[in-house]
Amino acid sequence: MTTTFFIIAILVLGFLITFQIAKASEYVAVIRGEEKSRKQTNKINAFLLLVFLIVGMFGVYYCNVKLEGKILKFGSADSDHGLLVDQMMKYTLIATGIVFVLTQVLLFWYCFKYQEKENQKAYFFPHSNKLELIWTAVPAIILTVLVTFGIVYWYRITGPAPKEAMTVEIVGSQFKWEYRYPGPDKELGQKYYKKIDPSAMNPLGQVWEDQLGHDDIYINGQDEPMHLVVNKPVKLVINAKDVIHDVGLAHFRMKMDAVPGTPTTMWFTPTKTTAEKIKETGNPDFVYEISCDQMCGSGHTNMRGTIVVETQEAFDQWIASKKPQYKIAMEVKRVADSTAAAGVAPVAPVAKDTVIAQLKH
Amino acid sequence: MSHAAHIEHSAVGFDSHHDGDHGHHHKETFLTKYVFSQDHKMIAKQFLITGIIWAFIGGLFSVLFRLQLGFPDQSFPILETFFGQWAEGGKIKPDFYYALVTMHGTVLVFFVLTAGLSGTFANLLIPLQVGARDMASPLMNMLSYWFFFAASIVMLASLFIQTGPASGGWTAYPPLSALGQASIGSKAGMDMWIIGMALFIVSQLLAGLNYISTILNMRTKGMAMTRLPLTVWALFFTAVLGVLSFPVLLSGAVLLIFDRTLGTSFYLSDIFIAGEALPNEGGSAILYQHLFWFLGHPEVYIILLPAMGMVSEILSINSRKPIFGYMAMLGSMFAICILAFLVWAHHMFVTGLNPFLGSVFVLLTLLIAVPSAIKVFNWLTTLWRGSIRFTPAMLFAIGFVSLFISGGLTGIFLGNSTIDIHLHDTMFVVAHFHIVMGVASMFGMFAGIYHWFPKMYGRYMNNTLAYVHFWVTIVGAYLIFWPIHYQGLAGMPRRYLDKSQWVNFSQFHELDAMITIVTIIVFAVQLMFIFNFFYSIFKGRKVTTLNPWKATTLEWTTPINPGHGNWDGEIPEVHRWAYDYSKDGRDFIPQTEPVSENESTH
Ligand code: HEM
Ligand SMILES: [Cu+2]
Ligand SMILES: [Cu+2]
Repeated sequence: MTTTFFIIAILVLGFLITFQIAKASEYVAVIRGEEKSRKQTNKINAFLLLVFLIVGMFGVYYCNVKLEGKILKFGSADSDHGLLVDQMMKYTLIATGIVFVLTQVLLFWYCFKYQEKENQKAYFFPHSNKLELIWTAVPAIILTVLVTFGIVYWYRITGPAPKEAMTVEIVGSQFKWEYRYPGPDKELGQKYYKKIDPSAMNPLGQVWEDQLGHDDIYINGQDEPMHLVVNKPVKLVINAKDVIHDVGLAHFRMKMDAVPGTPTTMWFTPTKTTAEKIKETGNPDFVYEISCDQMCGSGHTNMRGTIVVETQEAFDQWIASKKPQYKIAMEVKRVADSTAAAGVAPVAPVAKDTVIAQLKH
Repeated sequence: MSHAAHIEHSAVGFDSHHDGDHGHHHKETFLTKYVFSQDHKMIAKQFLITGIIWAFIGGLFSVLFRLQLGFPDQSFPILETFFGQWAEGGKIKPDFYYALVTMHGTVLVFFVLTAGLSGTFANLLIPLQVGARDMASPLMNMLSYWFFFAASIVMLASLFIQTGPASGGWTAYPPLSALGQASIGSKAGMDMWIIGMALFIVSQLLAGLNYISTILNMRTKGMAMTRLPLTVWALFFTAVLGVLSFPVLLSGAVLLIFDRTLGTSFYLSDIFIAGEALPNEGGSAILYQHLFWFLGHPEVYIILLPAMGMVSEILSINSRKPIFGYMAMLGSMFAICILAFLVWAHHMFVTGLNPFLGSVFVLLTLLIAVPSAIKVFNWLTTLWRGSIRFTPAMLFAIGFVSLFISGGLTGIFLGNSTIDIHLHDTMFVVAHFHIVMGVASMFGMFAGIYHWFPKMYGRYMNNTLAYVHFWVTIVGAYLIFWPIHYQGLAGMPRRYLDKSQWVNFSQFHELDAMITIVTIIVFAVQLMFIFNFFYSIFKGRKVTTLNPWKATTLEWTTPINPGHGNWDGEIPEVHRWAYDYSKDGRDFIPQTEPVSENESTH
C-alpha cells in the first residue's frame, strides 16, 4: 500500500515538474522569438532521432544477447516438421532482418540529415516511375521466394500421414487433456458425445457397440503423460468436448485447434527422446509440454499436458500395462448391476470410486 | 435553414452566393451547440473526447493485467479495495484477468482506434479538406455519434454487472462466448457485449455511408478526386472497408445471439459441458471465425488507413516536399483495400482449414505486403532531401513509419502458414499486432491530434509536454513490445496469466517485470498527454495565423475558429493537387492558387 502511494507520489511530482518546465519554456520561447527557439528544438529532436537509431539498434542486439538463450533456437526443433518450420523462420528472419535494418537506418538517417537548415532547400521530387517499379518488383520477388518455400513446406507438413504412423487421440475439455490409444487393432472405435459419462467410466463417450473400440486405451492427461515413440511418425486425432482448445507443442513446432464437433488431425515425427533432451538441456526437470493455445476460459493458463518420448521397447512396456477402457467400464457396470440386482440401494459414490480405483491398477 | 441551402449548392460543386456570417445567424443553445450538434467539427470533437475517455479506460486495464503478468506472486491490496471479490487478497483472479484483457481489446480496437480515430478525423477533415460546408447528411452524422455513445454506455455498463463483462477475448469465439456454463463472462456480460457491438456497427455504417457520399458528391469546384489530399483518400477507403465488412460481423453476432438465446445450432455441435451433453448438433464453431475475420482483417486496415493518410500528409508538410508517388500511394491503398477482403483466413491456419485453401491465403497474405512496402519506401523518399521540421505531429508520424516497418515485417512471419503453425496464438502475435496496429495507429492518432489541434480549438498544445510524450512513448513502446517477440519465439501462448507451473515458459520473470514497469511509465505519460489536451483547450497558446503549418490544403483557408459552415464567404475553388511544396522555389502553393503560365509541370 505504501509503495503504491509512493509510486503515485513520484509520478505526480514528476508530472508537476515537467509541467512547470513546459510552461516556462513556452514563455521563454515567446520572449526569445518563436522562430529562433523552434529552430533550436528542431536541432535537438533531429539529434535525438539519430541517437534513437543508434541506441535502438544496439538495444535490438542487446535484447537478442539477453534473450536468445531463453527461446527455442532455430534449428533445434525436436520433430521433422519442426525443422522445416525453423528453416522457414531462418529464411524469413534473414530477409526481414535486412529490410528492417535498411529501412530503419534510412528513416532516421534521413530525418537527421535533412533536418531544416539555413540555406538548404527541399527538393521538389513528386514521383519517379523507375523507383516505384523497383520497390514494387523487389519485394514481390523476395516474397515469391518466401511463399514458394512456405507452401512447399506447408504441404509437406499438412500432407497425409505415412501408413506406419501410430495414431493417438487427444481430447481437450475445460481444463484438461485426455488421450486415447487405439490398441492392437490400430483403429480407434467410434464416439458419440451423448455417451460421455465419467461415472460409468466412459469419459470420452465411446460407443461400446463398436467392436473397434474395445481395445482402446484411455489415459487421463492429468495423471499421466502422453507416450510417443522416438523416430516414429505419430498422427494426432484432435477433439474437444466443450469449447475450442488448441494442442500446442512448442518443441515440435506443431499446433492444431481442438474444435468441438469437428475433429482435426496433425502428424509429425519426434526425433529425440525425453531422456536425450534432459541430457541436452542439462535440465533434469525437462519435459515436453502440451499447452492449450486457444483461450478457453478461466483455467486456460493451467491447461497443461505432458509428453514422454521414448524408445519403442519402453513404449511397448508401458502400453502393455494398460487395460482397455471397455473392460474397465464393463466391470464397473457388472459391479453396479449385481449390487442393484442384490436389492441393495444404488451404489454409493464412495464404494464405486474404490472399485474404480482398484480396477485402474 | 440556410446552411442546408449551402449544402445543396456545394453538392453541385461550388457556392455561388455570398453571405458573410455562417453559423452565427440562428441562435444556438448549449444543447444544440455541444450536445446534439450537427456541425461536423463538433461531432469530431465528441468522437475524440469519447475516444480519449475510452483510451484511458482501456489503457488502465492494460496496466492492471500487466501488474499480474509482471508480478504474479505479489498481492496488491489496493486492487481489492477497488475491485472487491474480483481481486480477493489483492490478487487478480483469472476471470477478472480475462475480463480485463477482453475489454482492453474490444475498447481499444473498436471504441478508440475505430470510432475515436476515424470518427474524429473523418468528421473533421473530410468536409474541411474537400471544401464542403458539412457532411452530406449532418443528421446521420449526429446519429452515428449517438449510436456510438449508446454502444459506449452499454459496454461501460457491462463492466459493473455482477457476473462481469465479456471475457472470451476481443474475438469472442464460440462456443466459449455462446455458453454461460463455459465462463462467467459468457453470461449477461456477453449479451451486453453483443448489443454494444451491434449498436457500434450501426454507428459505423451511418458514419461510413456519410463519409463516402460526402467525398464523392460534395467536393468543391476544381477538387478532382486526384487532387484530394491522401488523408481524404485514406478515410474514403476506410469507410468503404467498414461499410462492406461490418455487416458481416453483425450477421456473425446475430447468429451468436440466436445460439445463445433461441437454442439454434449455428456454431454449436457435440458439446458436453458442466457434466451435461447439450442437444445442439450440426453447427460449426469455425463458421463464426470466418464471419469474424471477414470483418476482423479489414478492421485492422480500418484502423491503420486513417493513420497512414494523416501520416502521409504530415510527413509531406513538414518535409516541405510533395508526398512521393501520390498515384502509387493511391494504388497501394486501393490494393490493400481489395486484398484486405481476401486474406481473412490467415487467422485460421491451424483451425483445421483445408491445406490447399491455406496455401491460397498464404499467397494473398504475402501479396498484401507489397503495397505496404511501397508505402514505406514512398515515405522514406518523401523525407529524402527535404527540409524537415520536427513538430510533435511530425515526430509521431516518423515514429509511425518506424513502427509500421517493425510490425509489418513480423507479419511476414505470420502470413507464412508454415511459420504460423508455430507462432499462432503465441506472444509473437501479440507483439506483431500491437506494434503494427495498436501503437502505430495510436501514433497516427497522436500525430493527427497535434497537427489539427489548432484547427479544432484555435490554440496550440504545449510543445515541451508533447516532445516528452513522444520520446517516452516511442522508447516505451519498443521496450514493451520488442522483447515480447522473444516470448513468442519460446512458444509461450498468449493469454496466460501465470506461467509458474510451466517448465518451458517460466523463464521470463525479470523481463515481464521490466515490461510492467515500463507500461506504468508509458501510461503515466499518456495521462500527461490527456492533461495537455484538456489544458490546452482552455489555456493553450492562441493561434494567430490562419495557416500555422504553412500547408496547402483547404482547412487552413477557413477562419481560425470556423463556424458552422466552415467558410465565411464562398467555398474556395481548387486549382491544383495538395502537394505543391518547394515547387519552383516557393515554399508552398495553396491548392486555391491558380496554376500560373510559367509554372513547371510534373
Ligand atoms: C505485412 C503485412 C501483414 C501481414 C502479412 C500480417 C499477417 C498476420 C497474420 C498471419 C496474423 C495471424 C497470426 C496468428 O493469429 O497466428 C496476423 C495477426 C494480426 N495482425 Fe497482421 N499482418 C500484417 C499487417 C498487419 C497490419 C497492418 C495490421 C493492423 C493495422 C495487423 C493487425 C493484426 C492483428 C490485430 C492481428 C491479431 C488478431 C488477433 O488474433 O487477436 N497486421 N497478422
Ligand atoms: Cu485454453
Ligand atoms: Cu489479418
